[in-house]
Amino acid sequence: MLGRIPGKKGNSYMAFYRSHILVSVDPECLDKGAHKVIDALNDELVQTGLLGEVQVLETSRIGDPKLFGPDMVVYPEGVHYVRLNVNDIPFLVEEHFLKGRIVDKYREKAAPVSEEELGPPKSKEVRVVLRNCGKIDPENIEDYIAEDGYQALAKVLTEMTPEDVIKTVKSSGLRGRGGAGFLVGMKWELTHNVVGDIKYIGCNADEGDPGAFMNRRVLESDPHSVVEGMAIAAYAIGAQKGFIYCRAEYPIAVRRLQIAIDQAKQMGLLGENILGSEYSFDLEVRKGAGAFVCGEETALMSSIEGLRGEPRPRPPFPSVKGLWGKPTSINNVESYANIPQIILNGSEWFASMGTVKSKGTKTFTIAGDAVNTGIIEVPLGITLREIVYDVGGGIKDGKGFKAIQTGGPMGGFIPAEYLDTPVDYESLASLGSIMGSGGMVVMADTTCMVDMARFFMEFTQEESCGKCVPCRVGTRRILEILEAICKGEGKPEDLDTLEMLSKQVITNSLCGLGQGAPNPVISSLKNFRHEYEAHIHEKKCPAKVCRALIDYTIAADACTGCMVCARNCPVNAISGIRRQPHVIDQDVCIRCGICMQVCNFNAVEVN
Amino acid sequence: MTVAIIDGIQVYSAVQKALERHGTSKDELIPLLVDVNSTLGYLPTEALGQISVATKIPISQIMSVASFYSMLSTKPRGKHVIKFCENAPCHIMGGRQVWEALLDSIGVTEGETSNDGKWTLATTSCIGACGVGPVMMVDDDLYGNLTPEQIPGILSQYA
Repeated sequence: MLGRIPGKKGNSYMAFYRSHILVSVDPECLDKGAHKVIDALNDELVQTGLLGEVQVLETSRIGDPKLFGPDMVVYPEGVHYVRLNVNDIPFLVEEHFLKGRIVDKYREKAAPVSEEELGPPKSKEVRVVLRNCGKIDPENIEDYIAEDGYQALAKVLTEMTPEDVIKTVKSSGLRGRGGAGFLVGMKWELTHNVVGDIKYIGCNADEGDPGAFMNRRVLESDPHSVVEGMAIAAYAIGAQKGFIYCRAEYPIAVRRLQIAIDQAKQMGLLGENILGSEYSFDLEVRKGAGAFVCGEETALMSSIEGLRGEPRPRPPFPSVKGLWGKPTSINNVESYANIPQIILNGSEWFASMGTVKSKGTKTFTIAGDAVNTGIIEVPLGITLREIVYDVGGGIKDGKGFKAIQTGGPMGGFIPAEYLDTPVDYESLASLGSIMGSGGMVVMADTTCMVDMARFFMEFTQEESCGKCVPCRVGTRRILEILEAICKGEGKPEDLDTLEMLSKQVITNSLCGLGQGAPNPVISSLKNFRHEYEAHIHEKKCPAKVCRALIDYTIAADACTGCMVCARNCPVNAISGIRRQPHVIDQDVCIRCGICMQVCNFNAVEVN
Repeated sequence: MTVAIIDGIQVYSAVQKALERHGTSKDELIPLLVDVNSTLGYLPTEALGQISVATKIPISQIMSVASFYSMLSTKPRGKHVIKFCENAPCHIMGGRQVWEALLDSIGVTEGETSNDGKWTLATTSCIGACGVGPVMMVDDDLYGNLTPEQIPGILSQYA
């Protein structure tokens, strides 16, 4: 790399440098002393005789100055050193440039993420399923036992018959937490009533909904609650073997589940003659292999059997004919995690929370543009407004609220006028959405609803197993139309076609994926039709997201001519000389938005 | 994960080890395939043939399973596999710019392997870390709260 040796006025010559240091002189970094760092660097390079080999340059913002400033990047390695002060420089220069060793302690900690903090309960939270998360060591069964762990199982095996257990769970009103919301107690009763010696119990830990990771939290932080819940369920239906189908994208969960199972077996809480009773139950973990559709219970069973994860027609229902043709009951992680406490505290306790038809608490994940993203657990019946503003802290960066999407990729978009709707199974369905797994994506006014519908359709189309024509072909056709609209190639009749296709896919698909995939399209057409029309008729994207329909221009009165944008433009679309307003060539511009990001003077506008 | 041409002995040994670990019954097919895939980096046709013989599952059925699940690959992959989350929550939190930084840094398009065999750049569906989006996995390491500026630094940590 060529460069100019600093300090040699009028006699500059080109030289080869083996290293370049780019120090950020973003105003916030300067406040934190970036110039002093540059001076210290130059001094040190002079002292060590490296001035001819290492070049120090000033650049605009590298990383977030609040987190990282003063910071710099060293090439050719591409190492980002952060939070430097002048005292760090001698050591850094010696280690990195003389000895050739990257200094880890000054390096930006882009280390692998291990666990995010759950934090104390936020306002309006009630932690039932999450009560132990973050408080106990998930790899130590004794911690769980100390929190009344396995007491429920002991009570069930010594004091209750299977029918008693079913009655308790039924009267608690617990509905399946995987999304469909079928009464858990009734599901167990159906399996219990089928005559047969061999029965299976399954746990659906294939949480694949984008934006949902509550199950992951429970599996990683409190796996025994699921193990105990399953043992109780197996006793109730008469199963001897259980499977936890956990997605492979959750390796920590898989590992901790296995540890939990092994520890429970060692203590006689699983396996032959549990707690000395006549009841035996074995549990096995099965990993997924990266297929969203395997979260559908019949596809899940196919996957456990070693086949393609394709759903099967129901009836016959798994309760009657499930794994290997035997009666099987499959429930969600969170459904099981509630069971031990329902047994210990009683069904009235559980039924005292929530609404008339939707009892208990539910975990939700807030993702997207909210201030507080992460997992929460609240009683059902809480309003959407409370979730977004009280628990979620409102919209970040001071943007306005546009919509909230509930239930994952098969859910609908709910606009602001419905924010006071209570969150329960029936109310969400009446708004054209679903409870689903509990993922909630908050969207600010910088979101394009057509783009969002396209996003979710891209996901469901890719994950469609391909078995039935309406889903396989229908989702692809819907996606093609949405992509054309986002590119500015939409036609007026597209909206009717979208509605017609959506209806066909919903009524004619075999499983929940196809039956739900068009929901984002239908709901965005209903609540945000004007955005579609703007894309089609005016070829404009109101939220300024769809690349083909926006352009970036530089406001001449705000531009200082600093040339930072021109230097950073990947296609050299910006022309201009120092101190003169710059201009973006619209034919070359690829609408990447980098110029807007790097401009320190907010001179770049999007239309 | 290796990228060099895999010889028959490596394939045989990977399959044998997997069979020892998981057994030969038909419902162990997916664990077997995942095992061999993670040892060899992908599933060569010879491996599928050997598994077919051992489990007595017709190779057409094994192929139908191997081509269905996204964590299994029947094509060779690079030494390091990057899986970038392309779903909506990560997208809203700034995923597009990070994706473009990845494309720039590695110089391939989605699903392709770099010429030097070092990187395969793939997209994945939701990994379940949406609270720290945008996210990506490099091999088994998960990176969250990504910004485009972090990309060269993260990639440089892998030999």
